[in-house]
Amino acid sequence: MINSSLKQLSVALAARKISSVELTQLYLDRIAQHNPALNAYITVNPEMSLAQAKAADARIAAGQADTLTGIPFAQKDIFCAKGWLTTCGSKMLHNFVSPYDAHVISQFNEAGAVNLGKTNMDEFAMGSSNETSYYGPVKNPWDTQRVPGGSSGGTAAAVAARLCAAATGTDTGGSIRQPAALCGISGLKPTYGVCSRYGMIAFASSLDQAGPMGRSAEDLALMMNVMAGYDERDSTSLQRAKEDYARDLNKPLTGLRIGLPKEFFAEGMGSDVAKAVEAAIAEYKKLGATVVEISLPNSKLSVPVYYVLAPAEASSNLSRFDGVRYGYRAPEYADLTDMYEKSRAQGFGAEVKRRIMIGTYVLSHGYYDAYYIKAQRIRRLIAQDFVEAFKQCDVIMGPTSPSTAFKLGEKGDDPVQMYLSDIYTIAVNLAGLPGMSIPCGFGDNNMPVGLQIIGNYFEEARMLNVAHQYQLATDWHSRAPQP
Amino acid sequence: MHSTIMSLNQTDVEKVARLARLAMTDTEIQTAQNQLNGIFGLIADMQAVNTDGVEPMSHSQDLAQRLREDKVTESNQREAFQAIAPQVEAGLYLVPKVIE
Repeated sequence: MINSSLKQLSVALAARKISSVELTQLYLDRIAQHNPALNAYITVNPEMSLAQAKAADARIAAGQADTLTGIPFAQKDIFCAKGWLTTCGSKMLHNFVSPYDAHVISQFNEAGAVNLGKTNMDEFAMGSSNETSYYGPVKNPWDTQRVPGGSSGGTAAAVAARLCAAATGTDTGGSIRQPAALCGISGLKPTYGVCSRYGMIAFASSLDQAGPMGRSAEDLALMMNVMAGYDERDSTSLQRAKEDYARDLNKPLTGLRIGLPKEFFAEGMGSDVAKAVEAAIAEYKKLGATVVEISLPNSKLSVPVYYVLAPAEASSNLSRFDGVRYGYRAPEYADLTDMYEKSRAQGFGAEVKRRIMIGTYVLSHGYYDAYYIKAQRIRRLIAQDFVEAFKQCDVIMGPTSPSTAFKLGEKGDDPVQMYLSDIYTIAVNLAGLPGMSIPCGFGDNNMPVGLQIIGNYFEEARMLNVAHQYQLATDWHSRAPQP
Repeated sequence: MHSTIMSLNQTDVEKVARLARLAMTDTEIQTAQNQLNGIFGLIADMQAVNTDGVEPMSHSQDLAQRLREDKVTESNQREAFQAIAPQVEAGLYLVPKVIE
């Protein structure tokens, strides 16, 4: 049952071969058994999960089930869920029981899905290894000496270790795709504006986007059908017709034009990663695709641009954490300013403080044009590179991450080294394009390698088709780590 | 290697910490100074790019802000919201005295 697809689970639940309560209990038992070694979840609440499962069983019995009714999902702890502790991986929100649901959460609730718990993450989604979580690092289920990636590392580990059927993530600079790659699962960051950001704790609002993480492209498509859609409470939510993201899964790939950015296949990529990615491209040729070399000349600037824009937006967003209305307040202080400064100093971890300081600096008097406006101008150049590239191809492919999962603590002292591990993913967020990662083999030390697929705006259904056809022809996505 | 167009001194870092409302010890200021200068070394790569005539891009979808009717859409949830506040009294959030 734990290796079944969402479609198979949906059929089994509808046929009453298993109840939602039984399925939820199965996963809760697995979490109790395996989570202590992995630390993938920050919060589980069996009582609340089983109450949802019971309601789902009643809905199925009444013949009112939707596709995902009764299926247990995990939710990244960045999504506010009513009555659930919602920490965003921070001490700042160690006591924040959300009084409301994020839009994404209410969409799952309306579909009758079960919330199994809240997954661990880098603090305020700032990190690429899950080591910045106040609740301790997540371990990679393929090798517990190694990181799962980040920031959606708890979700990636939980999906890979079969501690949920599938789960949600968010991606500001690669936080869905990189952990998906490092844990050997599939993940999709949709076009900016497709999934509502309402109730998703803000990091960098012009880049943040929610998306599904699961074991196959087909599972992601079914989740997108629930997660995507217009929401008036998010001012950047796009008003578009509802679409069925599974509609094109079975189309053949004959004639598909794959663009390979020469900059992604240059220095920096590990030889084991290169080997797996090149084998995947060869497989696509067998499936009828053709390959064209493209250029994204400004993509090398995406890391510097991102580390101006994302901290600038974060410094503004995180000013709301002041110890007044919710969250952590320092126990002792002399006056109001001292209360702000101590609450924030004690409530935020080192990486979050670092980014708040970068952002504060680049937005401050005298540096705004040289850093912030300059970065926004280069952001346009980066986005225009993709517009040119998509004149020659239907999708772009390359590595998701330059290496497989590194060891815990390996990049601990040097923030710049950590930042460079997102070199292939960040440009996609800056442009607002959809991006995916799917498993395409194993590298050194038998760790999973991810293939990145970048599509044009709103081409998610096409990308899912491209990923699904590969997953019909290969079995990398169905490999599981030894428990 | 990255060209460093400028670097932050201790006074700069102290000023940024104050603006960001972050209490920091001298040791923390020192560490932050080193790490921030490393990061600004990376960021300095931007300065070599010619961006004359390029419009700044603040957002991937060039959309106008949506407007809505000026009417109340949210219900009062004061009790629920204040149940998770650090300190409240009689429906008010308590903070240290700011006016003598």
